[in-house]
Amino acid sequence: MIETQKMQSLAARLSQPEVKGRSPWADARRRFRRNRAAMVSLAVLILVGLFAIFGNQIAAWPNDEMDFSVMGQAAQLGAPSWTNGHYFGTDDLGRDLFSRTVQGTQVSLMVGLIGAGIAVIVGTLYGATAGYVGGRTDAVMMRAVDVLMSIPYMFVLILLLVIFGRSMSMLFLGIGLISWLDMSRIVRGQTLSLKHREFIEAARAAGVPAWRIVLRHIVPNLLGVVAVYATLLVPLMILSESFISFLGLGVQEPLTSWGALISEGAGTMNYGTLWQLMFPLFFFCITLFAFFFVGDGLRDALDPKDR
Amino acid sequence: MTPLISARELRVTFDVPQPGALPWSKPRQLHAVGGVSFDLMPGETLGVVGESGSGKSTLARALIGLVPATGRAVWQDGTDLIGLSPRKMLKYRSEIQMVFQDPLASLDPRMTVGQIIAEPLVTHRKGLSRAEVKTRVKDMMDRVGLLPNQINRYPHEFSGGQCQRIGIARALIVEPRLVICDEPVSALDVSIQAQVINLMGDLQRDLGLALIFIAHDLSVVKHISDRVLVMYLGRVMELAEAQALYAEPRHPYTQALLSAVPIPDPGRERAKRMIPLGGELPSPMNPPSGCVFRTRCPRAQAVCASERPALEGGAHLTACHFPGALTPQELAAAG
Ligand SMILES: Nc1ncnc2c1ncn2[C@@H]1O[C@H](COP(=O)(O)OP(=O)(O)OP(=O)(O)O)[C@@H](O)[C@H]1O
Ligand code: SF4
Ligand SMILES: [Mg+2]
Repeated sequence: MIETQKMQSLAARLSQPEVKGRSPWADARRRFRRNRAAMVSLAVLILVGLFAIFGNQIAAWPNDEMDFSVMGQAAQLGAPSWTNGHYFGTDDLGRDLFSRTVQGTQVSLMVGLIGAGIAVIVGTLYGATAGYVGGRTDAVMMRAVDVLMSIPYMFVLILLLVIFGRSMSMLFLGIGLISWLDMSRIVRGQTLSLKHREFIEAARAAGVPAWRIVLRHIVPNLLGVVAVYATLLVPLMILSESFISFLGLGVQEPLTSWGALISEGAGTMNYGTLWQLMFPLFFFCITLFAFFFVGDGLRDALDPKDR
Repeated sequence: MTPLISARELRVTFDVPQPGALPWSKPRQLHAVGGVSFDLMPGETLGVVGESGSGKSTLARALIGLVPATGRAVWQDGTDLIGLSPRKMLKYRSEIQMVFQDPLASLDPRMTVGQIIAEPLVTHRKGLSRAEVKTRVKDMMDRVGLLPNQINRYPHEFSGGQCQRIGIARALIVEPRLVICDEPVSALDVSIQAQVINLMGDLQRDLGLALIFIAHDLSVVKHISDRVLVMYLGRVMELAEAQALYAEPRHPYTQALLSAVPIPDPGRERAKRMIPLGGELPSPMNPPSGCVFRTRCPRAQAVCASERPALEGGAHLTACHFPGALTPQELAAAG
């Protein structure tokens, strides 16, 4: 009698609807939403992203067509205007600056995101493996990183671009090659401290294979740091690319990027065509600031102890 | 009856790099466990007691293969677990499970309770379907006193006591024969300690588990242990039936430890006398010669420094040149 009662109540307990848990990610999301600056910056980033994706639909002119009515008289006729469809004005060759800015945004964002993406994937796996395996493997892997880091990468990148010619793939290759180094160091450091936490020991005691421990326990617990660093890495990548483009070694015409546009704009500043500098510069600045604020917000949200 | 596990001369030595040493210079050696031997019968509970730093956790980690050890630890089927390849060890990993000291730190903060408890099951019983795993996890949660409908919650949403129940559920889900509890209650409130200890006792009786129950306080293991092993600086000082050890401690170290334990028994007034344990725990990097306890022992003689006492005495084992109950003089000195 008592037994059956017990069994019934057990069955009842087992079939109760499951309570939803509040994951650490959800907590972080809530804290992030409360951060005004980060939320505004996120909105800015979304707007810039939309501008890059849908800007071409709004543009009245394609980015490579020269407006012959303006050409040669950019300073007088090329100013921003609604009537002739050059919302941001034109450049010296009479090309529509709006659609050029759209394209520059696309290229710059892509460079930033791909660079950071490579850093996240390669750097995380490399650093986590080195840190978790430890010992000699770790020493060799991290010395390799040290060696790569000691190379003045900007110099090498410029050399590569000069020797092999300027191309998008060269640029990605160059930026991808160096972007993961810092990430792998940060991740390794974190892994070293995670490795001795009891829950990793518990997994090892349970016989969970090493690769599974890295993927299931180490990496998810690293993601906070990785996410923060990656958002701060995107603007750094954009900056590197801009710097190279500013030197005239970046993407090749007719492709363009923020750096290239700013460089052109700065070159013609004296002729009174200030808009050629201001529009790309504006996008460049707000995006960089937004990324930094979002990164800060992420750090505060993911690591509440740090404040 | 063959013991479930039989440890002989277990030793764990860590290489401790000296600060500022050159890479090729010889590291200093830290003897965390220095030759521990004991037998554990199926279904038995062995309490392991010693001060912080006496090597209790390291002993546990050696048995479970988390740190390299030397010596032998023979499982019931005759296999020596020490130095077993990871692949061969896998089978025994489901037979020996561990409950950790810090309840929250031993649970992955990014996993749900269900995923945490299921992990050993998923690792060792690969054939199980998802639904079966879930049913078993829920059953186990119910068994350790957690509400099964909390399966999707995260560790930080539970109290310390509940977290330790999660840890216990994780240890028991693969139906081990031996569970090593490394100070499972020392991080918990006193009121909750008893609950968790009782839970362990109940589960042990129901499932016929053998337990190794580590604590740094003799009072914690008193009721749950069949036998108690007292450790000091990586060595066994005394190993006896719990009854005998509490009633008639023979080793000066055990006597000192016991005198520090408040005993709510008016009939045993004498045990309330504090025997001071002077001095500090010597460094395990350079332990005293002969008997490791001699630097703090009230009975120490010249022979204690020159010869290491063997662990002997039949059922009531003591490693001491002058074992025996407290003498009236010692009691008087303790005041
Ligand atoms: N991985 C390691 N490397 C070097 N030394 C270690 C390592 N693990 C433990 N030790 C040392 O071994 C000795 C025993 O440590 P252990 O953790 O086993 O003690 P314990 O009895 O469990 O103490 P506690 O009660 O504090 O948990 C200590 O001196 C400790 O510093
Ligand atoms: S051997 Fe000597 S020093 Fe060691 S516990 Fe016994 S009496 Fe004390
Ligand atoms: Mg310990």
